[in-house]
Amino acid sequence: MSTGTAQAQDGTAAAAGAASDVVCAVRDLVKTYPAVRGRRGAPALPETRANDGVSLDVRRGEIFGLLGPNGAGKSTLVRQLTGLMRPDSGTVTLLGHDLVRHPGRASRLLAYLGQESTALDELTVALAAETTGRLRGLDVRAARAERDAVLEELGLTPIAGRPLKKLSGGQRRLACFAAALVGERPVLVLDEPTTGMDPVARRAVWSAVDRRRARHGATVLLVTHNVIEAETVLDRVAVIDQGKVIACDTPAALKARVSGEVRLELVWREAAPLEVPEVARLRDRAVASGRRWVLRLAPDEARAAVASVTGGPAFAALDDFTLATPSLEDVYLALGGKTKGLVKS
Amino acid sequence: MSDRTTGAVRATPASGAAAATPAPVQGAAPLAPGARFFPALAAVYRAQLSRARVARIPLLFVATFQSVGIMILMRGVVDGGSEARAVVAGSSVLVVAFVALNLLAQYFGQLRAGGGLDHYATLPVPPASVVLGAAAAYASFTLPGTLVTAVFGCLLFGLPMGGLWILAAVVPLAGAALAGLGAALGLLAPRQELATLAGQLGMSAALLLGVLPPERMPAVIVWARDLLPSTYGVEAFARTFEQSPDWAAVAFDLGVCGAVGVVSLAVATWAYRRAAVR
Repeated sequence: MSTGTAQAQDGTAAAAGAASDVVCAVRDLVKTYPAVRGRRGAPALPETRANDGVSLDVRRGEIFGLLGPNGAGKSTLVRQLTGLMRPDSGTVTLLGHDLVRHPGRASRLLAYLGQESTALDELTVALAAETTGRLRGLDVRAARAERDAVLEELGLTPIAGRPLKKLSGGQRRLACFAAALVGERPVLVLDEPTTGMDPVARRAVWSAVDRRRARHGATVLLVTHNVIEAETVLDRVAVIDQGKVIACDTPAALKARVSGEVRLELVWREAAPLEVPEVARLRDRAVASGRRWVLRLAPDEARAAVASVTGGPAFAALDDFTLATPSLEDVYLALGGKTKGLVKS
Repeated sequence: MSDRTTGAVRATPASGAAAATPAPVQGAAPLAPGARFFPALAAVYRAQLSRARVARIPLLFVATFQSVGIMILMRGVVDGGSEARAVVAGSSVLVVAFVALNLLAQYFGQLRAGGGLDHYATLPVPPASVVLGAAAAYASFTLPGTLVTAVFGCLLFGLPMGGLWILAAVVPLAGAALAGLGAALGLLAPRQELATLAGQLGMSAALLLGVLPPERMPAVIVWARDLLPSTYGVEAFARTFEQSPDWAAVAFDLGVCGAVGVVSLAVATWAYRRAAVR
């Protein structure tokens, strides 16, 4: 599974969205962090190729996701798309502008929600939104009007006067999201926007995004390591592992690639009863983490396995089991993803 | 956005071989206007001032108490004359050094280390607006503490208070010089701890070289004293306590502060650009 084949396989999606056009085109992006010499207290790091020939197209009006575990190179990629970092080689074209040559234009084309809120932490929610709007070029009156509208839309009006620092993690994140929305931009780049949010706040985020897509055809580039979120909100997703795009398609199409398999999770009360021959046989195919085993099996194999662990002497040792259709996590693993660390919640 | 209709280009899924060619996008979308210099500066200044309510008030007290404490200590050693003038002026300007140099260096160091600069770097705001807005806000934070210290010092050492209006010039000019220096240190330091350290050292230098009367110092230290921008603020302020102040010298000292301020703020703006895009 290489970058090239991954891109070539989304022919169906391209045909379906015939009217869509490319908002953001990335070609052969390479970014290498130099080796770091060891110091006292800090170990030496070898040279790291954070992005290794990344190519992808984001189309108008879609929610395009970058899915991968921590350290896969998602944030490095996003930093280059937002003009915060220059690639070693490759091109980034956003709405017809060459961002490698003119990184300063990114701020006039997109709104970015980074992972950090340090710059806004000591401001009140209202002032954070208003200031961000003014720095996005709005005059005072427009910034205040948009601030009020966005805070109302996201349900933040009751806490508008409180400093971000004093809010819970999820509320703070929502306030930063509000700041990102003031001063409308055609492209939104959101780096794990819903981290720490409760379901109500998450819904507020996704409906605000949907309204902007319906109103102006806004395009969203979303970074996530949350598999469930990726499956539910994304139109298309690029799966990133070790700096490469290992697959890029709609979540449904990606899952169809591993539809021949189901996932069986077994949780043992204490240790797995390896003296039972059926269990011993399953052991080679299981990914064990503590008392939990995860197996990816063909449907009839899975049925047989369930029958054997629930029927025989193994049942006494079994705490819980689930049988599920594949998720994007299974896609990631089936495509050769090596790192654990995708989140399901 | 939707106003780019005619130049619409169909999605061309890049196959492995064709991936090297950039996507043919015609008719670039219009750029949103950027923020202009003064409105952006005003917005940053206002936001920074509001931070004082949340985070900075305890530190402003620390700055004032520290200076008042130093004056009380020095009261036992110094009585009247040029030494008393130097102590009061030095302690007052020390408040500026503490807040504008030390705290601003820490703030920018922390902002840079914590990824907070990304927020500003992804907004179309002139770098000078961010640096000057923050520097101006920190210089403003120092005004109440400087006034309290100066008034207390005048009462303690029996100095005339008629010349305190000069603080209206000393605080902004010394503030510009020291805040520019603080911002540059915070943005140039390779690590956050080094930014804090540089800020602390700068403030210690302002303390030792500014508060202690220069008459008792060895020549080398006096030279070092001449290199520190806060010294000129101290000198200008100290001169105004005299019976008939040498206004030309006061103006010269303030001019030095202003010139250092312009240079250091320019360096800080350059450092900000450098830190924002890595």
